[in-house]
Amino acid sequence: MAAVAGWLRRAWAHDLAWSFRRSPVTILAAFLTLVCVGSAVFAPWVAPHSPFDSATLNLSDGFTPPSWTEKGSSKYLLGTDDQGRDVLSTIMYGARISLGVGLAAVLFSATLGVSLGLLSGYLGGRLDAFIMRVADIQLSFPAILIALLIDGMTRIALPRDMHDQLAVYVLVLAIGVSGWVQYARTVRGSTLVEKNKEYVQAARVIGRHPLAILLHHVLPNVTGPVLVIATIHIATAIITEATLSFLGVGVPPTQPSLGTLIRVGNDFLFSGEWWITVFPGAALIVLVLSVNLLGDWLRDALNPKLR
Amino acid sequence: MKLRHLLAAALIAGCATTQAATLKWGAQNDILTLDPHSQNHATTHGILQHTYEGLVRYTKDFQVEPSLATSWQLISPTQVRFILRKGVKFHDGSPFTADDVVFSYGRIIQPQGTNQIYVSGVKEVKKIDDHTVDLILSGPNPVLLRLLVDFRIMNRAWSVKNKSENVQNYVAKEESYASRNANGTGPYLIKLWEPDKRIVFAANPAWWDKLQGNATEVIYTPIKADATRIAALLSGDVDIVTDLPTQDVQRLRNEPKLKVLDGHEVRTIFIGMDQFSPELKYSSVKGKNPFKDMRVRKALNLAVDREAIKRVTMRGLSIPAAIMVAPGVHGHTPDIDKVSPADVEGAKKLLAEAGYPNGFDFGLDCPNNRYVNDEEICQALVGMWARIGLKAKLNAQPMATFIQKIQKFDHDAYMLGWGVATFDGLYTLQSLMRTKTTGADGSFNLGRISDAKLDSLIDAMKTETDVKKRDAMLREALVATRDNYYYVPLHHQLRPWAMKKNVSTVHKADDRPESRFARID
Repeated sequence: MAAVAGWLRRAWAHDLAWSFRRSPVTILAAFLTLVCVGSAVFAPWVAPHSPFDSATLNLSDGFTPPSWTEKGSSKYLLGTDDQGRDVLSTIMYGARISLGVGLAAVLFSATLGVSLGLLSGYLGGRLDAFIMRVADIQLSFPAILIALLIDGMTRIALPRDMHDQLAVYVLVLAIGVSGWVQYARTVRGSTLVEKNKEYVQAARVIGRHPLAILLHHVLPNVTGPVLVIATIHIATAIITEATLSFLGVGVPPTQPSLGTLIRVGNDFLFSGEWWITVFPGAALIVLVLSVNLLGDWLRDALNPKLR
Repeated sequence: MKLRHLLAAALIAGCATTQAATLKWGAQNDILTLDPHSQNHATTHGILQHTYEGLVRYTKDFQVEPSLATSWQLISPTQVRFILRKGVKFHDGSPFTADDVVFSYGRIIQPQGTNQIYVSGVKEVKKIDDHTVDLILSGPNPVLLRLLVDFRIMNRAWSVKNKSENVQNYVAKEESYASRNANGTGPYLIKLWEPDKRIVFAANPAWWDKLQGNATEVIYTPIKADATRIAALLSGDVDIVTDLPTQDVQRLRNEPKLKVLDGHEVRTIFIGMDQFSPELKYSSVKGKNPFKDMRVRKALNLAVDREAIKRVTMRGLSIPAAIMVAPGVHGHTPDIDKVSPADVEGAKKLLAEAGYPNGFDFGLDCPNNRYVNDEEICQALVGMWARIGLKAKLNAQPMATFIQKIQKFDHDAYMLGWGVATFDGLYTLQSLMRTKTTGADGSFNLGRISDAKLDSLIDAMKTETDVKKRDAMLREALVATRDNYYYVPLHHQLRPWAMKKNVSTVHKADDRPESRFARID
């Protein structure tokens, strides 16, 4: 069994690798994603400055334009913001929060969606109807509204200080809850197909526990589509996080994400300090675009009909 | 030749004064009410001064001049006689008499209003005859006239007829006829108030004085968002904008169609520190209060680079401050308001001497929607103090929540701005430095500073009528506050207004434009 699985995995990887090598766009996207993720993860070590250590900030350096412009300083490649923080470093730290929130939200969504989808598809009946109607209702709202609703409710329920500390977790919860439906529907569909196949019936006949059947037999066969949805959902989650932060309901400015940086910089756009908002915006575009391209490629590569 | 020039000038002047014009004015906030005795709120006073007048008013440079009273004299140190202007009519046509002054006094002191301060020290208003009233004071009051500027006179008959004898209870969300309609004696009638949309004024043809400009109609539009307000001026939808966002001022200066009228506001922004509690609430120091040590307060002062705040955060729109009152306030002189440059090493040494070589943590509360760039200034301060090892934990909140928190003394250090309605330094000293009591003394002394010497100076100043003696006391008290580092003064705010090239007006240091000075060519 283990040997078969290992062989399958190798072949799969090989197949993917082949299609990966044939697509220069995908290679570029992967490279950019790697750069973004790398600089985000290793921000404390690779960032030229540590922008959130107040003791290293110098207000006199505030509003320095990018280094290649006339008044720029070689110390700050992409310039500084209103408090003298290096824009490049804040982007790296911001991407850390953005990616972290995005990944955590996707993980949360996927776990929730896959579990509900499996239960719904396998057990059927009233539970299935209930879960799917909830999904239908949720689909009739834009995801951002649901995220706003959850964020708003926690803001009322929690005192302000506590909310600021928990802001990141609230955001993960809000974005996660707003995105589970896609997973649940896809997994339910696949589960409906898989559960009538002979291997599942065989497992049932020998008396395996339904939970074991779901986890060991059905789940591995429905993960392909989930992987594709998850990749594309990362990009959506990052955008949702940025939107919420841009609207001022996301993470607080003391631990800014890319969206917060864009919002803060927006105040200075008209007065000529364009770099404070343009560079975080560009970083967000690059990050989301490359993750999306990777997701598209994965979808095509995993779908035999498109080959 | 000369004569012709003179004639031409006279002709132009003559034409210009008769030419009627509409002034469209954009600002950040709407008024709270039209009831002149209800809310002590800067924007509301700024609008209502167009309609309701007091016994006296300010000139362009904040000297007191006659308004509804033509003259006054001290009958005794505690009795002032005011001769009222004859022939003045309210907007509804009814005549202005002593009864209206007596009525307005009885109305403004009602507890549900917040404007009692403008008649503080007045025990009683006595009608002598139809055009004479006596103000009976509880003690000699050298700033009485300045206080009375914002004591606005309402018509008794109109108020009674419209069941508005009582001040609107704003906090209880009460509305009355007087909170939705106005009937004053002033230069402008309020034609219309659509909350959060616009206020329309028309010049009062029967006004006792003459408009110095030609704005016969004024439309006031509150525009909350900074960018929208500036866009309205750039597109020509409004003629003049107050409450300019600092980051846009330079751009507006460069705009050929516009001009920027510079001026300062009599408001000082500062940091206060808890100097009373035995232990700070949000600090790493336990068992004692480091702010009680003058060396620590001095270190906090020395670490602040006021020039950098002025240049970067305020974009030049501030005057770095060493004392607690702004230029234009009586008692301010340039020689005692000299700022020393930031001295990080000196501050560190002081901290070490005080026993905190590694610094300490404390909480810093700031408003984030009240003063110009308030939160940004606090962030900058966090950085400056971090350099001497002090870790300030910033908690920036909207004014409404912030002010409740600090008034409960739930703070280590806090940012506040203090404007001086009376243009006299005593107002600041009495509110911020005098040992706290339940009344007006120390009403905003939220660090609970208590200095017996300052207290006796302040109390003496309240009733000292010898100008020279009083000025010396004022100076001594301001210098003592500075040299004991009871506060960290940051700067005095500058409040430029921007307008179209063809608009001119007089900049007022209380940040309240008066349309009677505005002219549109």
